This record gives sequence, structure tokens and C-alpha cells, in this order.
Amino acid sequence: MHEASLAGGVLQLVEDTAARENFRRVVTLRLEAGQLAGVDTRALRFALESLAPGTLLAGAVIDIEEPPGQAWCLGCSQSVALAQRGEPCPACGSYQLQATGGTELRVVDMEVEDI
Amino acid sequence: MCVVCGCGNTQEATAEKSVHADPASGDLHFGAGAARVSVPGMSQSRAVRLEADILGANNRVAAENRAHFEAHGITALNFVSSPGSGKTTLLCRTIEALKARAPGRRVMVIEGDQQTSFDADRIRATGAPAIQVNTGKGCHLDAPMVAAAFARLHGHHDHGHDHDHDSHDHSHHHHDHHHHDHHDHAHGHDLLFIENVGNLVCPAVWDLGEAAKVAILSVTEGEDKPLKYPDMFAAATLLLINKIDLLPHLDFDLARCIEFARRVNPGIEVMPVSATSGEGMDAWLHWLDQQSEHNHPHQHAEASAEAALRQRVRQLEAELAEARAAAQQSPLAG
Repeated sequence: MHEASLAGGVLQLVEDTAARENFRRVVTLRLEAGQLAGVDTRALRFALESLAPGTLLAGAVIDIEEPPGQAWCLGCSQSVALAQRGEPCPACGSYQLQATGGTELRVVDMEVEDI
Repeated sequence: MCVVCGCGNTQEATAEKSVHADPASGDLHFGAGAARVSVPGMSQSRAVRLEADILGANNRVAAENRAHFEAHGITALNFVSSPGSGKTTLLCRTIEALKARAPGRRVMVIEGDQQTSFDADRIRATGAPAIQVNTGKGCHLDAPMVAAAFARLHGHHDHGHDHDHDSHDHSHHHHDHHHHDHHDHAHGHDLLFIENVGNLVCPAVWDLGEAAKVAILSVTEGEDKPLKYPDMFAAATLLLINKIDLLPHLDFDLARCIEFARRVNPGIEVMPVSATSGEGMDAWLHWLDQQSEHNHPHQHAEASAEAALRQRVRQLEAELAEARAAAQQSPLAG
């Protein structure tokens, strides 16, 4: 359940940004949690919704995108889709894969209100 | 704002404050709020682009830790495994073996567990300084916890050293030299072992500022763990397969385990060890030596010999290039 700690990190980022940008409420929060980022998006959503009441995130719509996992295959020298670590290259069956995409874990943007 | 359930009352409630309606006429007075002015669009929603890493705050502290460890000539290793893999026993045996192998080398330990200081007590029994970090409800160590624990460890060590200095005043000159060496950390040999909370999921995500993650998997756990918990094995530099003295009694396919680990991490190094029988410990201790040299190459005689050789190769290459250029010019000139 490290998603609870991650949700805390998200709230911290939102609060820091609010202090800088002077807003009072987040209407929509858009996150990216890549397929290979080691995060369960349902758990992250649950953690954020549990923590939101009484904060800037109260009532906010939480939108979590999951960029697909991507890897460079040393077997066939091309970029291939990798939904999960430990799976073979869909093109050549090699396990010589280096993850190149889908490891993002970040707050992309948010829609906010000043009052 | 509704602080009980977080329902979307906020907008109406605050809109009433900044836009005042005259009860008699029904006129609307904008700018009745605290700012006394109405800015078109200000109360409407706007987009704030952030593109910020959720782990950014942790990673900044981890980067500070890393710089701090490097400045002190310390190689920090983050030990990750499931509970019961034999981490603490392996660390105790490693510390004892290092004492015999390299007596001047300092080893410090940060122990992460939800509760109790049992593990730190076991480490302290070997004579190595240890700090226990109890994470409470937390399932992993994070960089600020390690920073706080390291500050205590390091402060404690310095205190001990000063005390030592006072009590050995008669050998002043010699001791000064020793003292100086320690504080410059000229050896670059020192080790910080961070034993993370026993958990194969969460600690994979948190950088603590370590030079490398070392995953420990015991043969009593099953050879398919690297595929079941791929993120951790993907994040590790080295996999120690522990308790191999039990292999004769188990149905554990060592080769298959290594193959699975390489599926999730083609570059992972693997070493079978037994903290109990001592088998494989030499290779592991050698790996520790290599890590220190890799992290602090300028502090080693071998590295400076290598640098001298490289310099010599560069000189010879330059001479060769000159000779070739001269050889090319002469037939042209002729």
C-alpha cells in the first residue's frame, strides 16, 4: 500500500502549487501512472479519495492516465510494447528488454478555482 | 467548504461571499469579497500545468543523501527482500567477515522495520553502529527517514571518535594523522547497509540515495519470486540467493530462479550464498570491494595505476599519430 504515501506526495505537490499560484480548490486533477511504474492505479485513486476531504482536493475529479509500457528489445533492435515486466518481446520472444516508457509517475496538470 | 464529506459545496458557498446580493433591490454587488475588486475570469476555473514527479520530494532528498554519502566516501546499499529471507543474519555475518578481512573499514547499518528494535540490537551485538527506523504503518523506508537516521549514525560516530581522541592524548601525533584520515574519509572503504522493511513491492519505488539495491531471495521462498514481484528485481543491481545450504532438502531450481531474475532484469548480477555455512560469501565480499572501488575510484592505488597507464597510452597514441602524419607528409613532399 505505498499508494497511500504516493497520494500524500500528490497532496503535498498540490498544496505547494496552491501556495505559489493562489488557488483554493482543485476541480480536476490529472495524473500519469505508467504501466511499469509499480503503482496500482485503483489503490492510488482510493488513497487520493480517502485523503481528499478537508483539503484542496475535496470534490476534485481525479483522472489517472496509464501510459503503456514500452521497451527497447536488444533481441530485435526495436521499440516494442511491454505491458508487464518479465514478459517476452512480442516480436522475437527475447527477454533482453530495457523499459523505455510507461515508468512515469507524475502530476500532469490540474484545473483549479481561485475561490 | 464541506470538510466532513468533501462534497462539492465549495463553489456556492464562496460565490455567495464574493458576490453580495442586496436583499431589498436584488442588485448584485461584485467585489464584496476580501479583495474589494472583481477581476473578470478570476473566479473561474483555470488550468495549472505541473508535470511534476510525484516522487520528486523524495528524490530530491535521495540525491542529497547520495551526494552526502559520496562526499564521506561511503558506499550505501539498500537491501530489499520479503520478510524472513535472512537479511539480518546475512548482514551480521558480512560485518563479522569484513572485520577480519578489512579491519579499518567502517560499517554502519540503518534498520527499517514496522516495529521493534530487535534487528538493530542484533547488528549492534556485532560492534557495528546501527539505528533502527520504525516505520509504524509505513511499508517502506523513504529518503528523509534515511537522511535522519544517517545524521544520527554519523553524529554518533564522530562523538565516539572525539572521545577516543581525548583518551589517547599521549599518542597525539599519530592519532592526529589517524583522525585526519577518518574525517577526510580518504579510504572510501566505508559501508552503509540500509536494511529496508521486509516487503518486495513498495521499497522498489523509493530511492534512498543508495549506490545500489541488493535484493535477497532465500531458497525456501520459491524460484518464481522474480516473476511474481518483477519491479523489485528490475530495480536491483545484485540478487543474493540466500540459504543455499538448504538446497539438498528443497525442490528449488537455482538455474530457473536465475533465468526468471534475468527475464525481468537482463543485467542483474546473481550470487548464491549461505550466511549459515559461509558458502558464496567470498564472492559477495569481493563484490562489496568492487562497489567501493567503483564509487570512489580516485581513492585507490589500483585506480591511480590504471589512470597512469591510460595517460601513457594517450601519450603513445599521440606519438603514433605524429609519426603517421609525418610518414604521410614525406611521400607527398617527395
